[in-house]
Amino acid sequence: MFHLLGVPPQALFGQLLIGLINGSFYALLSLGLAVIFGLLNIINFAHGALYMMGAFCAWFLLTQFGINYWWALLISPVVIGAVGVVLERSMLRWLYKLDHLYGLLLTFGLALIIQGLFQNKYGSAGQPYNIPASLVGGFNLGFMFLPIYRGWVVIVSLVLCFGTWFIIERTKLGSYLRAATENPSLVQAFGINVPRMITLTYGFGVALAALAGVMAAPIYQVSPLMGADLIIVVFAVVVIGGMGSIMGSIVTGFALGVIEGLTKVFYPEASNTVIFVIMVIVLLIKPAGLFGRAG
Amino acid sequence: MAAVKDELTLISRPAAINGQFAAFGIMVAFFLVAPFVIYPVFLMKVLCFALFACAFNLLVGYVGLLSFGHAAFLGMAAYICGYVAKTWGWPPLGAILAGTAVSTLLGLIFGVLAIRRQGIYFAMITLALAQMVYFFCIEVKFTGGEDGIQAIPRGRIFGLIDLSHMMVVYFFVLVVFLAGFLLIYRTIHSPFGQVLKAIRENEPRALSLGYKVDHYKLIAFVLSAGLSGLAGATKAIVFQLASLTDVHWGTSGEVVLMTLLGGLGTVFGPVVGAFLIVAMQNYLADLGSWVLVVQGVIFVVCVLAFRRGLIGELGRLLKRPL
Repeated sequence: MFHLLGVPPQALFGQLLIGLINGSFYALLSLGLAVIFGLLNIINFAHGALYMMGAFCAWFLLTQFGINYWWALLISPVVIGAVGVVLERSMLRWLYKLDHLYGLLLTFGLALIIQGLFQNKYGSAGQPYNIPASLVGGFNLGFMFLPIYRGWVVIVSLVLCFGTWFIIERTKLGSYLRAATENPSLVQAFGINVPRMITLTYGFGVALAALAGVMAAPIYQVSPLMGADLIIVVFAVVVIGGMGSIMGSIVTGFALGVIEGLTKVFYPEASNTVIFVIMVIVLLIKPAGLFGRAG
Repeated sequence: MAAVKDELTLISRPAAINGQFAAFGIMVAFFLVAPFVIYPVFLMKVLCFALFACAFNLLVGYVGLLSFGHAAFLGMAAYICGYVAKTWGWPPLGAILAGTAVSTLLGLIFGVLAIRRQGIYFAMITLALAQMVYFFCIEVKFTGGEDGIQAIPRGRIFGLIDLSHMMVVYFFVLVVFLAGFLLIYRTIHSPFGQVLKAIRENEPRALSLGYKVDHYKLIAFVLSAGLSGLAGATKAIVFQLASLTDVHWGTSGEVVLMTLLGGLGTVFGPVVGAFLIVAMQNYLADLGSWVLVVQGVIFVVCVLAFRRGLIGELGRLLKRPL
């Protein structure tokens, strides 16, 4: 058995994998935040709560209706995305002309309401959600054991992230979206329904968060608090990456997950704070963020 | 700057000052009489949070900087104050000053980092930094982890005045609150405060007029952090407890809520907001997490329909800024 830097390889690669998985969730959530911020100019504080709702939706489908993971992967984003559309139509759209800070305050309030309601119903304890039968087990890769489900989460996240990048950067629809981010009134003058595009964008960002929630359900327990602390880390990720670039969000999310995983191996005491420390360093060296534009 | 300053000062300045003097008189009278009618422990909690909210409002209401990490200053000051009072046996005033000093220093560090970005990023950076402080408080030994620091001695001021008596400690807290409140009032109505308001209204213009905007922001941030620390340290002496709740992001959210409900950028709004939110917590304590839901609903209603807050609306009705 060989050792890398004094650490057994199983531990190292195991933590790397956990880091990649956390990174998948950071990437999916910060991507959603960036897409929403681009068009709505609102930082969606409720993103963590909606991610939690996605996980709960999957759990609810399974325990109440016996609907399995695969259908939940489809139904949960649609349902929670629809919730997002309702929130945007009924509340957020009144704030577009105001200071950005009001959007943050409103979505913070929404996050408190959602979290409070779920805590009230389910307490703070987690609800177990089993890995679907076809993804149970794992491969022995020689240097480490790879559980199939964890590999699956990383791959799906990568596909989702790059799919989103492709839609926004390489398709006609994406070009409308980027144009509306730059100058909404001009795009509207060309006959594109910008308000509807804004609504659907918010719904899409929320659906991404819900999808992340469903994938997280078998890994972490389904609990009302699962989104609250995550969203603060994701904010730090967003500050580090800057919200100017889609690819930037993806790369930063995965990279920070991996760095966090490595910290758990080499200096466990700092694993909770390492992302915040990196944020401080980035602010000192490159205040606009690694991929950000000034502002 | 001349134009900005004139615009701000010419709006019925005598009326504004008279209105604020009257309101100040009402507030002082209320807090002098209240402890004989209302439970003093509840009022002391109100006073501590009112000072906290006023300090927070100095930043968000008068410079336009929304900090989502003010719990770090409140909580850290409480821990430091509790530790030096209990373990080192410092007298209460010394312990409160120590807590305030550490929070001021922490505010300087937060401020230097956070003012490098504007608007929405500022809020996210302060939130993330405060979360770092929260994890720090969980890890280190002196905070007592989940238990916090309990049974902090109240001690005697100058070795003479015994703070173990309820009314004595109440009037002590009232004096601390009024000192902090008047310092904030003086700051807002000074030339320095006028520059802060100019930055809030139009930062590029203040910059182009030659003001070192970043210096002004940093001073305001440090002042706000220090006064939040004063509130936290006083709270630790009064309730003889410093715990993780004070450093948690939930407390940062609560102070935003108090200020928003009372009225952003009003002199008296944060006091009223603090009173209402603390009262709500007391009466709804049995309802558990429904408190979160109610707080969330107040946030949503305030942002959608009620952005001036209670005192802001009252001031508009009376045509006087309060």
